[in-house]
Amino acid sequence: MAESAAGQGPSKLPRELGKGSSGWSSSLRWLLGHPIWAFVVIVFIFFSLMTDDFFSLGNFQNILVQTSTLGLIALGMTLVMINGNIDLSVGAVVALAASLTVDIMGWPVFESWGNLQILPAVVAGLGAGVLLGALNGLIVWKTGVDAFIVTLGAMLGVRGLVFVYTGEQSFFAMNFAYADFGASSFLGLPTLAWVFLVFTVLVHIVLSRTVHGANTYAVGDNREAAVNAGIRVGPHMMINFMIVGFFAALAGITLSTQMGASTPNLGRDYELWVITATVLGGTKLTGGAGNIIGTFGGVLAIGILRNGMNLMQVPAFYVLVILGAILIAVLFLDKQLNRQGEEGLRL
Amino acid sequence: MSDVKPALRLEGIVKTFPGVRALDGVDFEVRPGEVHALMGENGAGKSTLMKVLAGMYQPNEGQILIEDRPTIMANPIEAKHNGVILIHQELSLAEQLTVAENIFLGELPRSRLGFVDWKILDDRVGTILQKLNCDFGPRTKVGKLSIAKKQMVEIARALTHEGRVVVFDEPTASLTDAEKVVLFDVINELKADGVGIVYISHRMEEIFTISDRITVLRDGTYRGTLTTAETDEDEVTQLMIGRSLDYSRNESSGEFGDLVLEVAGLSCGKLFEDVSFNVRAGEVVGFYGLVGAGRTEIAETLFGLREPTAGSIRLNSSDVSIASPAEAIANGISLVPESRKEQGLVLGMNCRDNITLPQVGDMTAGPFVSNGAEVAIYDMYRDRLDIKAPTWRSLVGNLSGGNQQKIVIGKWLAMKPRLLIVDEPTRGIDVGSKAEIHNLIRELARSGYAVIVISSEMPEILRVSDRVIAMYQGRITREFTAAEVNEDNLVQAISGISGDEAAA
Repeated sequence: MAESAAGQGPSKLPRELGKGSSGWSSSLRWLLGHPIWAFVVIVFIFFSLMTDDFFSLGNFQNILVQTSTLGLIALGMTLVMINGNIDLSVGAVVALAASLTVDIMGWPVFESWGNLQILPAVVAGLGAGVLLGALNGLIVWKTGVDAFIVTLGAMLGVRGLVFVYTGEQSFFAMNFAYADFGASSFLGLPTLAWVFLVFTVLVHIVLSRTVHGANTYAVGDNREAAVNAGIRVGPHMMINFMIVGFFAALAGITLSTQMGASTPNLGRDYELWVITATVLGGTKLTGGAGNIIGTFGGVLAIGILRNGMNLMQVPAFYVLVILGAILIAVLFLDKQLNRQGEEGLRL
Repeated sequence: MSDVKPALRLEGIVKTFPGVRALDGVDFEVRPGEVHALMGENGAGKSTLMKVLAGMYQPNEGQILIEDRPTIMANPIEAKHNGVILIHQELSLAEQLTVAENIFLGELPRSRLGFVDWKILDDRVGTILQKLNCDFGPRTKVGKLSIAKKQMVEIARALTHEGRVVVFDEPTASLTDAEKVVLFDVINELKADGVGIVYISHRMEEIFTISDRITVLRDGTYRGTLTTAETDEDEVTQLMIGRSLDYSRNESSGEFGDLVLEVAGLSCGKLFEDVSFNVRAGEVVGFYGLVGAGRTEIAETLFGLREPTAGSIRLNSSDVSIASPAEAIANGISLVPESRKEQGLVLGMNCRDNITLPQVGDMTAGPFVSNGAEVAIYDMYRDRLDIKAPTWRSLVGNLSGGNQQKIVIGKWLAMKPRLLIVDEPTRGIDVGSKAEIHNLIRELARSGYAVIVISSEMPEILRVSDRVIAMYQGRITREFTAAEVNEDNLVQAISGISGDEAAA
């Protein structure tokens, strides 16, 4: 890639940002462009000083695994939100994919397949996620109903389907290789952390380097301009809904490998956490702005806060209160940093 | 000349929308190497016709012939590949993307695997920008550019393809004079290359400068094609609105009342600096300047929407500080904002409720809104401003632009202001209703209001103002009386050129 051609002024597309580590001033400027990473650094130092258990390789691996579920979905959500849409059904899709996968691998048809029985189950789980994403996207495209409403309906409906399908029962994975995968390591890092990191890099490349990525910004920034320019906005949005559906299903599967089981209540409130992480990372609810580096920071921020407060034995409900307050505080700070000063219009 | 094969011909184009026949059998042709102006009032069907041409709408009847080949264009990309390029009237740009990405939006050059080929992109865009004398690079973010420069980005799209026909839809609305020269150079160059140009504009002087032929539409029908060299403004106007217009200048009476507003040294950051002027009762003061010169921002400051960083505002000879629109209204200031549909009206509400909106809190009978009082106010201003609406129950969104603007003006008159600020009073209003609004503004001044009119249209400013204040980049460059102002010195004043060094 021709990275040498320097952009004029800081570009939102983060392709120049990788070089920001030379010297203090440029790292500082980089942090100001991604306030969430400044925040990540602060909470990291804070917990390292406050508790003995935080600063250890084992704990960092923990954090990565704990956040991988949220993180995977947040990758897809970033695309959908840059498009100016939103997907509230991801939590329900997590439960559906997990239940399908765990159930299907136990079907008698696949009994003689050995460990290979996991394969059709995972394909079915991921397929369900992509399909539901496609359905969300199709409805948004064809009816023009706001994505918030469409996916709100999908969130309720899919969750209902999960209860119908499971008969309100939890499923347990009979094939132990499935649960072993969730606990396995590869080159010294938990496999699930690898999955998360690899997909993060992949989606980052898609968003910052490909035509689809550029179109994603254009559609969210000025939909009419995108239509005028001949971008097929409907199918484009549908693809992004399918991507977030895929990631929600993948998150459901990785989550169920961690537990060796699925419950119909799996993934409840995940949509809220994912949106929180994405917004913390600088993605705008109105679309047009955001990037994966920010989203990764947002995911880590939530992961570190939850982990750190847990280690400090802050009661769980206070953790929610603190996270809520931090969300608003960070976004308020962001607004202050990006204000036009005294010239701004008074409300 | 008539034996030249047209680059593009439209035959009997009909386009209907539910309940409207937007285009009714329109014929239009562009020859290679000619500039063909398309004129008509708002709603005459110009934009619809161009959208048909650009593949955004499919015509119900009729056909499009490109070099005598019947062609169907299903979307804007197909139109581009057929050599038809549309430069949009509203800026059709994604602010967060770079200049290069915007210029090639929808067809970014790809290398393998769908990656954007930045090298080719930068090369091609760099060449185009150089040709247009732009001082920004391909990687600049569009959101950081001024409106005029954004318009240049939009124009740059015309040069991305080997076009047969390039349509410019009101390209000069926000260009400075220097950029207008570049644009006309581009058009002439395209023309020399044998490209057919369709030029849409409301500005007669531009049409007569640049075009070879003029086609006029009215109410979706074809009214005729004139050769520019053989016609004049009056004939074109006749075709457009079916009658002649009175373009007379305002006769200043020179007798005004007390000072209503005195502004001294007013500044607001970099938006405008050290602005001083005053307005008397019965006087219309026109603010003229380019988009971004700070005129609207002054109005917003007077109305309490922005906080001044320096300077003083005196109303009726006493110092005031205005911290909010509510205080401005209480002090007798009203602002008819720039954008009627976004800032001035609640389109989904009826006429009466829109007019009484700022004062509905005072019109109560017990805990309820007093219906009778509201209707009485509406009736009064309907008669006074001659608002044409079926009943007070009609939704404002269904009225014509001129009547909508009267509703906004009526709304603020109902607040009994002493100072009325009108920002772009006739934007998006057709020629006929324009004259009516102009007369209304004169009428209001005569009845004792102090009026500030902000406008980007020179004929409008010249018609309504008793005094004209010219602004350039946030500063007042000159103040004219109605007697001394003319088009030349006004253009010089708003371009930042002082009288002596002005080029012809």
